[in-house]
Amino acid sequence: MSSSRGAGALAALPALVLLLCVFLFPVARMLGYSVETGTLDWYAKALGEGLYLQVFWNTFWIALLVTFFCLLLGYPLGFLLATTTPGWATAGFIFVLLPLWTSILVRTYAWMVLLGRSGVLNGLLIKAGLISGPLPLLYNVTGVVIGMVHVLLPYMVLPVYGAVRRVDPAIVAAAEGLGATSTRIFRRIYLPLTLNGIFAGAVIVFVLSLGFFITPALLGGGKVMMIAVLIEQEVHETLNWPFASALAAVLLVATLAVYAAAQRFVRPQEQQP
Amino acid sequence: MSRRLLVGACAVIYFFLMLPLVVVFPISLSSAAYMQFPPPGLSWQWYERYLDDPQWIDATVRSLYIGGATAVLALALGVPLAFALVRSRFPGRVLVDRLALAPLIVPTIILSVSVYGLFARLKLIGEWYGLVLAHTVLALPFVVLIMGAGLRDFDRSLEQAAEGLGASRARILLRVTFPLLRPSLISAALLAFLSSFDELVVALFLAGPNMTLPKKMFDNILMEIDPTIAAVSVMQILLVSVVLVLIGRFGRGLRGSAR
Repeated sequence: MSSSRGAGALAALPALVLLLCVFLFPVARMLGYSVETGTLDWYAKALGEGLYLQVFWNTFWIALLVTFFCLLLGYPLGFLLATTTPGWATAGFIFVLLPLWTSILVRTYAWMVLLGRSGVLNGLLIKAGLISGPLPLLYNVTGVVIGMVHVLLPYMVLPVYGAVRRVDPAIVAAAEGLGATSTRIFRRIYLPLTLNGIFAGAVIVFVLSLGFFITPALLGGGKVMMIAVLIEQEVHETLNWPFASALAAVLLVATLAVYAAAQRFVRPQEQQP
Repeated sequence: MSRRLLVGACAVIYFFLMLPLVVVFPISLSSAAYMQFPPPGLSWQWYERYLDDPQWIDATVRSLYIGGATAVLALALGVPLAFALVRSRFPGRVLVDRLALAPLIVPTIILSVSVYGLFARLKLIGEWYGLVLAHTVLALPFVVLIMGAGLRDFDRSLEQAAEGLGASRARILLRVTFPLLRPSLISAALLAFLSSFDELVVALFLAGPNMTLPKKMFDNILMEIDPTIAAVSVMQILLVSVVLVLIGRFGRGLRGSAR
Protein backbone atom coordinates (compact mmCIF):
# COMPACT_ATOMS: atom_id res chain seq x y z
CA MET A 1 0.00 0.00 0.00
CA SER A 2 3.01 2.23 -0.37
CA SER A 3 1.36 3.76 -3.45
CA SER A 4 -1.33 5.29 -1.21
CA ARG A 5 1.05 7.73 0.48
CA GLY A 6 -0.25 10.90 -1.09
CA ALA A 7 -3.87 9.78 -1.11
CA GLY A 8 -3.51 8.64 2.52
CA ALA A 9 -3.37 12.25 3.66
CA LEU A 10 -6.93 12.72 2.36
CA ALA A 11 -8.13 10.40 5.14
CA ALA A 12 -7.41 13.22 7.59
CA LEU A 13 -9.88 15.51 5.81
CA PRO A 14 -13.24 14.59 7.46
CA ALA A 15 -11.81 14.91 10.98
CA LEU A 16 -10.13 18.13 9.98
CA VAL A 17 -13.45 19.59 8.77
CA LEU A 18 -15.05 18.76 12.13
CA LEU A 19 -12.15 20.29 14.06
CA LEU A 20 -12.31 23.44 11.96
CA CYS A 21 -16.11 23.85 12.23
CA VAL A 22 -16.71 22.80 15.85
CA PHE A 23 -13.40 23.77 17.44
CA LEU A 24 -11.14 26.29 15.69
CA PHE A 25 -13.81 28.47 14.10
CA PRO A 26 -16.06 28.85 17.19
CA VAL A 27 -13.07 29.56 19.44
CA ALA A 28 -11.76 32.20 17.01
CA ARG A 29 -15.26 33.66 16.70
CA MET A 30 -15.59 33.92 20.48
CA LEU A 31 -12.17 35.55 20.82
CA GLY A 32 -13.38 38.06 18.26
CA TYR A 33 -16.24 39.07 20.57
CA SER A 34 -13.78 40.20 23.21
CA VAL A 35 -12.44 42.96 20.95
CA GLU A 36 -15.70 43.68 19.13
CA THR A 37 -15.75 47.31 20.26
CA GLY A 38 -12.33 47.79 18.71
CA THR A 39 -10.82 48.41 22.13
CA LEU A 40 -9.22 46.29 24.80
CA ASP A 41 -11.65 47.54 27.46
CA TRP A 42 -12.84 44.06 28.45
CA TYR A 43 -9.27 42.90 28.93
CA ALA A 44 -8.58 45.96 31.05
CA LYS A 45 -11.57 44.99 33.19
CA ALA A 46 -10.48 41.33 33.43
CA LEU A 47 -6.89 42.08 34.35
CA GLY A 48 -7.33 45.48 36.01
CA GLU A 49 -10.19 45.19 38.47
CA GLY A 50 -9.21 43.73 41.83
CA LEU A 51 -12.20 41.40 41.99
CA TYR A 52 -11.30 39.61 38.76
CA LEU A 53 -7.57 39.72 39.34
CA GLN A 54 -8.28 37.91 42.60
CA VAL A 55 -10.03 35.13 40.67
CA PHE A 56 -6.96 34.70 38.45
CA TRP A 57 -4.71 34.52 41.49
CA ASN A 58 -7.05 32.03 43.17
CA THR A 59 -6.99 29.85 40.08
CA PHE A 60 -3.21 30.02 39.83
CA TRP A 61 -2.72 29.34 43.54
CA ILE A 62 -5.14 26.39 43.62
CA ALA A 63 -3.51 24.93 40.50
CA LEU A 64 -0.12 25.15 42.24
CA LEU A 65 -1.45 23.48 45.40
CA VAL A 66 -3.09 20.72 43.39
CA THR A 67 0.12 20.13 41.40
CA PHE A 68 2.15 19.95 44.62
CA PHE A 69 -0.13 17.39 46.26
CA CYS A 70 -0.45 15.33 43.08
CA LEU A 71 3.34 15.16 42.97
CA LEU A 72 3.52 14.21 46.63
CA LEU A 73 1.00 11.36 46.21
CA GLY A 74 1.62 10.46 42.57
CA TYR A 75 5.37 9.90 42.71
CA PRO A 76 5.37 7.09 45.30
CA LEU A 77 2.45 5.42 43.55
CA GLY A 78 4.00 5.59 40.07
CA PHE A 79 7.31 4.43 41.52
CA LEU A 80 5.78 1.43 43.28
CA LEU A 81 3.81 0.38 40.17
CA ALA A 82 6.95 0.58 38.02
CA THR A 83 9.14 -1.45 40.39
CA THR A 84 6.75 -4.15 41.57
CA THR A 85 5.98 -7.52 39.92
CA PRO A 86 3.82 -7.46 36.75
CA GLY A 87 0.91 -9.11 38.57
CA TRP A 88 0.81 -6.51 41.33
CA ALA A 89 1.31 -3.73 38.78
CA THR A 90 -1.77 -4.85 36.81
CA ALA A 91 -3.87 -4.99 39.98
CA GLY A 92 -2.47 -1.62 41.07
CA PHE A 93 -3.28 -0.05 37.72
CA ILE A 94 -6.90 -1.18 37.86
CA PHE A 95 -7.37 0.86 41.02
CA VAL A 96 -5.75 3.91 39.44
CA LEU A 97 -7.80 3.66 36.22
CA LEU A 98 -11.13 2.87 37.87
CA PRO A 99 -11.26 6.27 39.60
CA LEU A 100 -9.81 7.96 36.49
CA TRP A 101 -12.71 6.78 34.33
CA THR A 102 -15.41 7.13 36.97
CA SER A 103 -17.52 10.21 36.30
CA ILE A 104 -16.08 13.36 37.89
CA LEU A 105 -19.61 14.13 39.07
CA VAL A 106 -19.86 10.85 40.95
CA ARG A 107 -16.56 11.49 42.67
CA THR A 108 -17.38 15.10 43.47
CA TYR A 109 -20.73 14.07 44.94
CA ALA A 110 -18.96 11.45 47.05
CA TRP A 111 -16.54 14.06 48.38
CA MET A 112 -19.49 16.29 49.34
CA VAL A 113 -20.90 13.37 51.31
CA LEU A 114 -17.52 12.69 52.91
CA LEU A 115 -16.40 16.24 53.70
CA GLY A 116 -19.63 18.02 54.66
CA ARG A 117 -20.28 19.51 58.11
CA SER A 118 -22.43 16.53 59.03
CA GLY A 119 -20.58 14.34 56.56
CA VAL A 120 -18.96 10.96 56.98
CA LEU A 121 -15.48 12.13 58.02
CA ASN A 122 -16.64 14.73 60.54
CA GLY A 123 -19.12 12.22 61.94
CA LEU A 124 -16.46 9.58 62.45
CA LEU A 125 -13.94 12.02 63.94
CA ILE A 126 -16.47 13.41 66.41
CA LYS A 127 -17.64 9.93 67.38
CA ALA A 128 -14.01 8.92 67.95
CA GLY A 129 -13.63 11.93 70.22
CA LEU A 130 -10.75 13.37 68.17
CA ILE A 131 -12.49 16.70 67.52
CA SER A 132 -15.26 18.50 69.39
CA GLY A 133 -16.85 20.35 66.45
CA PRO A 134 -16.96 19.67 62.71
CA LEU A 135 -13.89 20.69 60.68
CA PRO A 136 -14.53 23.07 57.77
CA LEU A 137 -13.61 20.75 54.89
CA LEU A 138 -16.23 21.63 52.29
CA TYR A 139 -17.11 24.86 50.44
CA ASN A 140 -13.58 26.21 50.86
CA VAL A 141 -10.15 25.84 49.23
CA THR A 142 -9.42 22.66 51.24
CA GLY A 143 -12.42 20.88 49.74
CA VAL A 144 -11.67 22.07 46.20
CA VAL A 145 -8.03 20.97 46.44
CA ILE A 146 -8.96 17.53 47.84
CA GLY A 147 -11.48 16.96 45.05
CA MET A 148 -9.14 18.19 42.31
CA VAL A 149 -6.17 16.15 43.55
CA HIS A 150 -8.39 13.09 43.47
CA VAL A 151 -9.40 13.76 39.87
CA LEU A 152 -5.92 14.65 38.60
CA LEU A 153 -3.75 12.18 40.53
CA PRO A 154 -3.79 9.52 37.75
CA TYR A 155 -2.38 12.09 35.31
CA MET A 156 0.69 12.30 37.57
CA VAL A 157 0.99 8.57 38.25
CA LEU A 158 1.20 7.56 34.58
CA PRO A 159 4.15 9.78 33.46
CA VAL A 160 6.06 8.94 36.67
CA TYR A 161 5.43 5.24 36.00
CA GLY A 162 6.75 5.63 32.45
CA ALA A 163 9.86 7.49 33.60
CA VAL A 164 10.75 4.97 36.32
CA ARG A 165 10.25 2.11 33.84
CA ARG A 166 12.80 3.69 31.51
CA VAL A 167 15.52 3.63 34.17
CA ASP A 168 17.98 0.90 33.14
CA PRO A 169 17.78 -1.86 35.80
CA ALA A 170 21.49 -2.58 35.13
CA ILE A 171 22.44 0.78 36.66
CA VAL A 172 20.41 -0.01 39.77
CA ALA A 173 21.90 -3.51 39.98
CA ALA A 174 25.41 -2.07 39.63
CA ALA A 175 24.79 0.42 42.44
CA GLU A 176 23.40 -2.34 44.64
CA GLY A 177 26.42 -4.50 43.88
CA LEU A 178 28.67 -1.65 44.95
CA GLY A 179 26.84 -1.51 48.27
CA ALA A 180 24.70 1.62 47.82
CA THR A 181 21.78 1.92 50.25
CA SER A 182 18.28 2.10 48.82
CA THR A 183 17.97 5.74 49.88
CA ARG A 184 21.18 6.54 48.06
CA ILE A 185 20.06 4.63 44.96
CA PHE A 186 16.86 6.62 44.94
CA ARG A 187 18.61 9.98 45.42
CA ARG A 188 21.46 9.41 43.00
CA ILE A 189 19.83 7.29 40.28
CA TYR A 190 16.02 7.26 40.23
CA LEU A 191 15.40 10.89 41.15
CA PRO A 192 17.68 12.51 38.54
CA LEU A 193 16.64 10.05 35.82
CA THR A 194 12.92 10.55 36.42
CA LEU A 195 12.92 14.36 36.63
CA ASN A 196 11.54 14.50 33.07
CA GLY A 197 8.58 12.34 34.05
CA ILE A 198 7.93 14.42 37.16
CA PHE A 199 8.02 17.56 35.07
CA ALA A 200 5.74 16.17 32.36
CA GLY A 201 3.18 15.06 34.96
CA ALA A 202 3.34 18.34 36.86
CA VAL A 203 2.75 20.36 33.69
CA ILE A 204 -0.28 18.28 32.67
CA VAL A 205 -1.79 18.54 36.15
CA PHE A 206 -1.15 22.28 36.38
CA VAL A 207 -2.54 23.02 32.92
CA LEU A 208 -5.66 20.91 33.49
CA SER A 209 -6.16 22.56 36.91
CA LEU A 210 -6.28 26.03 35.38
CA GLY A 211 -9.43 25.24 33.41
CA PHE A 212 -11.24 23.12 36.01
CA PHE A 213 -14.96 23.72 36.36
CA ILE A 214 -17.01 20.92 37.96
CA THR A 215 -15.00 20.41 41.14
CA PRO A 216 -14.66 24.09 42.13
CA ALA A 217 -18.28 24.73 41.15
CA LEU A 218 -19.59 22.03 43.49
CA LEU A 219 -16.97 21.68 46.25
CA GLY A 220 -16.34 25.43 46.35
CA GLY A 221 -20.03 26.09 46.94
CA GLY A 222 -19.83 29.55 45.38
CA LYS A 223 -17.20 30.63 47.90
CA VAL A 224 -14.13 29.56 45.94
CA MET A 225 -14.11 31.29 42.59
CA MET A 226 -11.94 29.89 39.81
CA ILE A 227 -11.71 31.31 36.33
CA ALA A 228 -13.80 28.60 34.62
CA VAL A 229 -16.60 29.06 37.17
CA LEU A 230 -16.50 32.81 36.57
CA ILE A 231 -16.73 32.34 32.80
CA GLU A 232 -19.77 30.09 33.19
CA GLN A 233 -21.48 32.69 35.40
CA GLU A 234 -20.74 35.49 32.96
CA VAL A 235 -22.36 33.49 30.16
CA HIS A 236 -25.31 31.94 31.99
CA GLU A 237 -26.18 34.55 34.62
CA THR A 238 -24.75 37.92 33.68
CA LEU A 239 -25.07 37.26 29.93
CA ASN A 240 -22.00 39.39 29.39
CA TRP A 241 -20.58 37.75 26.27
CA PRO A 242 -17.72 40.10 25.45
CA PHE A 243 -16.42 39.96 29.01
CA ALA A 244 -16.74 36.15 29.19
CA SER A 245 -14.84 36.00 25.90
CA ALA A 246 -12.04 38.18 27.25
CA LEU A 247 -11.78 35.97 30.35
CA ALA A 248 -11.72 32.87 28.14
CA ALA A 249 -9.01 34.42 25.97
CA VAL A 250 -6.83 35.07 29.03
CA LEU A 251 -7.38 31.50 30.25
CA LEU A 252 -6.59 30.09 26.81
CA VAL A 253 -3.39 32.11 26.44
CA ALA A 254 -2.27 31.19 29.97
CA THR A 255 -2.93 27.49 29.32
CA LEU A 256 -1.15 27.39 25.96
CA ALA A 257 1.75 29.52 27.22
CA VAL A 258 2.42 27.22 30.18
CA TYR A 259 2.16 24.21 27.92
CA ALA A 260 4.40 25.62 25.19
CA ALA A 261 7.00 26.83 27.70
CA ALA A 262 7.07 23.39 29.31
CA GLN A 263 7.54 21.64 25.95
CA ARG A 264 10.81 23.50 25.47
CA PHE A 265 12.21 22.05 28.68
CA VAL A 266 11.25 18.47 27.99
CA ARG A 267 13.82 16.39 26.14
CA PRO A 268 12.68 15.09 22.72
CA GLN A 269 12.39 11.44 23.88
CA GLU A 270 9.73 12.57 26.35
CA GLN A 271 7.48 14.15 23.76
CA GLN A 272 6.12 10.87 22.49
CA PRO A 273 2.98 10.13 24.50
CA MET B 1 12.92 -1.31 55.15
CA SER B 2 12.29 1.77 53.00
CA ARG B 3 10.40 -0.50 50.58
CA ARG B 4 7.93 -1.30 53.35
CA LEU B 5 7.52 2.43 53.97
CA LEU B 6 6.74 2.94 50.26
CA VAL B 7 4.14 0.17 50.26
CA GLY B 8 2.56 1.62 53.41
CA ALA B 9 2.40 5.10 51.87
CA CYS B 10 0.83 3.70 48.71
CA ALA B 11 -1.77 1.82 50.75
CA VAL B 12 -2.83 5.19 52.20
CA ILE B 13 -2.89 6.76 48.73
CA TYR B 14 -5.04 3.91 47.41
CA PHE B 15 -7.38 4.42 50.34
CA PHE B 16 -7.71 8.07 49.28
CA LEU B 17 -8.30 7.06 45.63
CA MET B 18 -10.94 4.43 46.37
CA LEU B 19 -12.72 6.07 49.33
CA PRO B 20 -15.15 8.21 47.28
CA LEU B 21 -16.01 5.24 45.04
CA VAL B 22 -16.67 2.95 47.98
CA VAL B 23 -18.63 5.37 50.17
CA VAL B 24 -21.54 5.71 47.73
CA PHE B 25 -22.40 1.99 48.02
CA PRO B 26 -23.69 2.01 51.63
CA ILE B 27 -25.36 5.40 51.15
CA SER B 28 -27.23 4.19 48.06
CA LEU B 29 -28.71 1.36 50.13
CA SER B 30 -29.74 3.58 53.05
CA SER B 31 -33.23 3.35 54.47
CA ALA B 32 -33.03 6.89 55.88
CA ALA B 33 -34.98 9.66 54.18
CA TYR B 34 -31.91 11.89 53.95
CA MET B 35 -28.12 11.49 53.86
CA GLN B 36 -27.05 9.68 57.01
CA PHE B 37 -23.90 7.70 57.77
CA PRO B 38 -23.70 4.93 58.71
CA PRO B 39 -27.13 4.10 57.27
CA PRO B 40 -29.66 3.10 59.93
CA GLY B 41 -30.95 0.25 57.77
CA LEU B 42 -30.88 -1.17 54.27
CA SER B 43 -33.38 -0.67 51.46
CA TRP B 44 -33.62 -0.43 47.69
CA GLN B 45 -35.74 2.73 47.86
CA TRP B 46 -33.27 5.03 46.07
CA TYR B 47 -32.86 2.58 43.18
CA GLU B 48 -36.66 2.36 42.97
CA ARG B 49 -36.88 6.16 43.06
CA TYR B 50 -34.47 6.29 40.12
CA LEU B 51 -36.30 3.64 38.10
CA ASP B 52 -39.72 5.18 38.75
CA ASP B 53 -38.69 8.69 37.74
CA PRO B 54 -39.19 9.21 33.98
CA GLN B 55 -36.80 12.21 34.10
CA TRP B 56 -33.91 10.06 35.29
CA ILE B 57 -34.67 7.31 32.77
CA ASP B 58 -35.09 9.84 29.98
CA ALA B 59 -31.72 11.44 30.81
CA THR B 60 -30.01 8.03 30.99
CA VAL B 61 -31.39 6.91 27.63
CA ARG B 62 -30.36 10.22 26.03
CA SER B 63 -26.83 9.92 27.41
CA LEU B 64 -26.60 6.34 26.17
CA TYR B 65 -27.47 7.16 22.57
CA ILE B 66 -25.43 10.35 22.51
CA GLY B 67 -22.48 8.32 23.83
CA GLY B 68 -23.07 5.62 21.23
CA ALA B 69 -23.33 8.11 18.37
CA THR B 70 -20.21 9.90 19.63
CA ALA B 71 -18.26 6.63 19.64
CA VAL B 72 -19.38 5.85 16.07
CA LEU B 73 -18.57 9.32 14.75
CA ALA B 74 -15.27 9.57 16.65
CA LEU B 75 -14.16 6.24 15.15
CA ALA B 76 -15.40 7.14 11.66
CA LEU B 77 -13.34 10.35 11.72
CA GLY B 78 -10.53 9.39 14.11
CA VAL B 79 -9.43 6.08 12.58
CA PRO B 80 -8.76 7.53 9.09
CA LEU B 81 -7.08 10.51 10.77
CA ALA B 82 -4.79 8.20 12.74
CA PHE B 83 -3.94 6.31 9.52
CA ALA B 84 -3.07 9.58 7.78
CA LEU B 85 -0.98 10.81 10.71
CA VAL B 86 1.00 7.59 11.14
CA ARG B 87 1.30 6.31 7.57
CA SER B 88 1.43 9.40 5.36
CA ARG B 89 3.81 12.28 5.10
CA PHE B 90 2.15 15.52 4.06
CA PRO B 91 2.78 19.19 4.65
CA GLY B 92 1.23 20.38 7.91
CA ARG B 93 1.12 16.87 9.39
CA VAL B 94 2.56 18.02 12.73
CA LEU B 95 0.06 20.88 12.83
CA VAL B 96 -2.88 18.52 12.21
CA ASP B 97 -1.53 16.22 14.93
CA ARG B 98 -1.36 19.10 17.40
CA LEU B 99 -4.84 20.28 16.43
CA ALA B 100 -6.35 16.81 16.93
CA LEU B 101 -4.84 16.53 20.42
CA ALA B 102 -5.55 20.15 21.40
CA PRO B 103 -8.98 19.40 22.94
CA LEU B 104 -7.11 17.53 25.70
CA ILE B 105 -5.24 20.67 26.71
CA VAL B 106 -7.65 23.50 25.87
CA PRO B 107 -10.02 23.90 28.85
CA THR B 108 -13.42 22.36 28.14
CA ILE B 109 -15.13 25.52 29.39
CA ILE B 110 -13.59 27.41 26.43
CA LEU B 111 -14.81 24.85 23.90
CA SER B 112 -18.25 24.84 25.56
CA VAL B 113 -18.72 28.60 25.58
CA SER B 114 -17.42 28.99 22.01
CA VAL B 115 -19.57 26.22 20.55
CA TYR B 116 -22.54 27.48 22.57
CA GLY B 117 -22.16 30.87 20.88
CA LEU B 118 -22.08 29.30 17.42
CA PHE B 119 -24.83 26.71 18.01
CA ALA B 120 -27.17 29.30 19.57
CA ARG B 121 -26.87 31.16 16.27
CA LEU B 122 -27.55 27.98 14.28
CA LYS B 123 -30.47 26.98 16.57
CA LEU B 124 -28.69 23.75 17.53
CA ILE B 125 -29.07 24.12 21.31
CA GLY B 126 -30.99 21.16 22.71
CA GLU B 127 -30.44 19.05 19.59
CA TRP B 128 -28.87 15.72 20.40
CA TYR B 129 -26.67 15.72 17.29
CA GLY B 130 -25.22 19.11 18.24
CA LEU B 131 -24.03 17.54 21.46
CA VAL B 132 -22.66 14.57 19.51
CA LEU B 133 -20.57 16.89 17.31
CA ALA B 134 -19.04 18.67 20.31
CA HIS B 135 -18.48 15.42 22.21
CA THR B 136 -16.75 13.98 19.15
CA VAL B 137 -14.23 16.84 19.23
CA LEU B 138 -13.46 15.85 22.84
CA ALA B 139 -13.31 12.10 22.08
CA LEU B 140 -11.11 12.46 18.97
CA PRO B 141 -7.80 12.76 20.89
CA PHE B 142 -8.43 9.42 22.65
CA VAL B 143 -9.12 7.70 19.33
CA VAL B 144 -6.06 9.27 17.68
CA LEU B 145 -3.75 8.37 20.59
CA ILE B 146 -4.94 4.76 20.91
CA MET B 147 -5.13 4.06 17.16
CA GLY B 148 -1.83 5.86 16.62
CA ALA B 149 -0.11 3.60 19.17
CA GLY B 150 -1.75 0.55 17.58
CA LEU B 151 -0.62 1.56 14.10
CA ARG B 152 2.96 2.29 15.16
CA ASP B 153 3.27 -1.24 16.61
CA PHE B 154 1.74 -2.69 13.45
CA ASP B 155 3.76 -5.18 11.42
CA ARG B 156 3.46 -3.90 7.84
CA SER B 157 4.97 -7.08 6.36
CA LEU B 158 1.63 -8.84 6.88
CA GLU B 159 -0.08 -6.33 4.59
CA GLN B 160 2.75 -6.62 2.09
CA ALA B 161 2.34 -10.40 2.10
CA ALA B 162 -1.38 -10.04 1.35
CA GLU B 163 -0.59 -7.53 -1.40
CA GLY B 164 1.96 -9.90 -2.85
CA LEU B 165 -0.67 -12.64 -2.92
CA GLY B 166 -2.89 -10.38 -5.00
CA ALA B 167 -5.43 -9.10 -2.45
CA SER B 168 -7.16 -5.84 -3.30
CA ARG B 169 -6.61 -2.84 -1.03
CA ALA B 170 -10.13 -3.03 0.41
CA ARG B 171 -9.69 -6.73 1.08
CA ILE B 172 -6.37 -6.15 2.85
CA LEU B 173 -7.99 -3.49 5.03
CA LEU B 174 -10.94 -5.72 5.96
CA ARG B 175 -9.18 -9.07 6.29
CA VAL B 176 -5.72 -8.10 7.58
CA THR B 177 -5.44 -4.57 8.90
CA PHE B 178 -8.66 -4.13 10.88
CA PRO B 179 -8.66 -7.60 12.47
CA LEU B 180 -5.10 -6.99 13.69
CA LEU B 181 -6.08 -3.56 15.03
CA ARG B 182 -9.23 -4.90 16.75
CA PRO B 183 -7.92 -4.42 20.33
CA SER B 184 -7.13 -0.75 19.61
CA LEU B 185 -10.48 -0.24 17.88
CA ILE B 186 -12.37 -1.70 20.86
CA SER B 187 -10.47 0.43 23.40
CA ALA B 188 -10.94 3.56 21.32
CA ALA B 189 -14.68 2.97 20.88
CA LEU B 190 -15.31 2.23 24.55
CA LEU B 191 -13.31 5.20 25.80
CA ALA B 192 -14.98 7.53 23.29
CA PHE B 193 -18.36 6.31 24.54
CA LEU B 194 -17.38 6.75 28.17
CA SER B 195 -15.93 10.23 27.63
CA SER B 196 -19.27 11.36 26.18
CA PHE B 197 -21.42 9.48 28.69
CA ASP B 198 -19.66 11.24 31.60
CA GLU B 199 -19.31 14.65 30.00
CA LEU B 200 -20.90 17.56 31.87
CA VAL B 201 -19.45 20.94 30.92
CA VAL B 202 -20.37 20.87 27.21
CA ALA B 203 -23.79 19.41 28.07
CA LEU B 204 -24.38 22.23 30.57
CA PHE B 205 -24.26 24.67 27.66
CA LEU B 206 -25.57 22.70 24.69
CA ALA B 207 -28.18 20.32 26.13
CA GLY B 208 -30.80 23.04 26.68
CA PRO B 209 -33.95 21.61 28.24
CA ASN B 210 -33.03 18.07 27.16
CA MET B 211 -31.17 16.65 30.16
CA THR B 212 -28.27 14.29 29.80
CA LEU B 213 -27.47 12.07 32.77
CA PRO B 214 -24.50 14.17 34.01
CA LYS B 215 -26.54 17.38 33.69
CA LYS B 216 -29.44 15.87 35.62
CA MET B 217 -26.99 14.73 38.30
CA PHE B 218 -25.37 18.18 38.47
CA ASP B 219 -28.73 19.90 38.91
CA ASN B 220 -29.75 17.41 41.60
CA ILE B 221 -26.49 17.84 43.50
CA LEU B 222 -26.93 21.63 43.43
CA MET B 223 -30.50 21.34 44.72
CA GLU B 224 -30.22 18.69 47.39
CA ILE B 225 -27.92 15.91 48.46
CA ASP B 226 -30.44 13.16 47.92
CA PRO B 227 -29.32 9.51 48.06
CA THR B 228 -30.88 8.94 44.61
CA ILE B 229 -27.59 10.36 43.31
CA ALA B 230 -25.74 7.71 45.32
CA ALA B 231 -27.79 5.00 43.58
CA VAL B 232 -27.05 6.56 40.17
CA SER B 233 -23.37 6.82 41.16
CA VAL B 234 -23.20 3.13 42.06
CA MET B 235 -24.65 2.23 38.66
CA GLN B 236 -22.13 4.52 36.95
CA ILE B 237 -19.23 2.94 38.83
CA LEU B 238 -20.47 -0.52 37.87
CA LEU B 239 -20.78 0.55 34.22
CA VAL B 240 -17.22 1.90 34.21
CA SER B 241 -15.99 -1.33 35.82
CA VAL B 242 -17.69 -3.37 33.10
CA VAL B 243 -16.16 -1.18 30.39
CA LEU B 244 -12.68 -1.48 31.93
CA VAL B 245 -13.07 -5.26 32.17
CA LEU B 246 -14.11 -5.33 28.49
CA ILE B 247 -11.08 -3.24 27.57
CA GLY B 248 -8.81 -5.48 29.63
CA ARG B 249 -10.29 -8.60 28.01
CA PHE B 250 -10.72 -7.53 24.39
CA GLY B 251 -9.00 -4.16 24.06
CA ARG B 252 -5.51 -2.80 23.86
CA GLY B 253 -3.64 -2.80 27.20
CA LEU B 254 -5.16 -0.60 29.88
CA ARG B 255 -1.91 1.23 30.52
CA GLY B 256 -1.63 2.28 26.90
CA SER B 257 -5.21 3.51 26.81
CA ALA B 258 -4.97 5.74 29.84
CA ARG B 259 -3.44 8.68 28.07
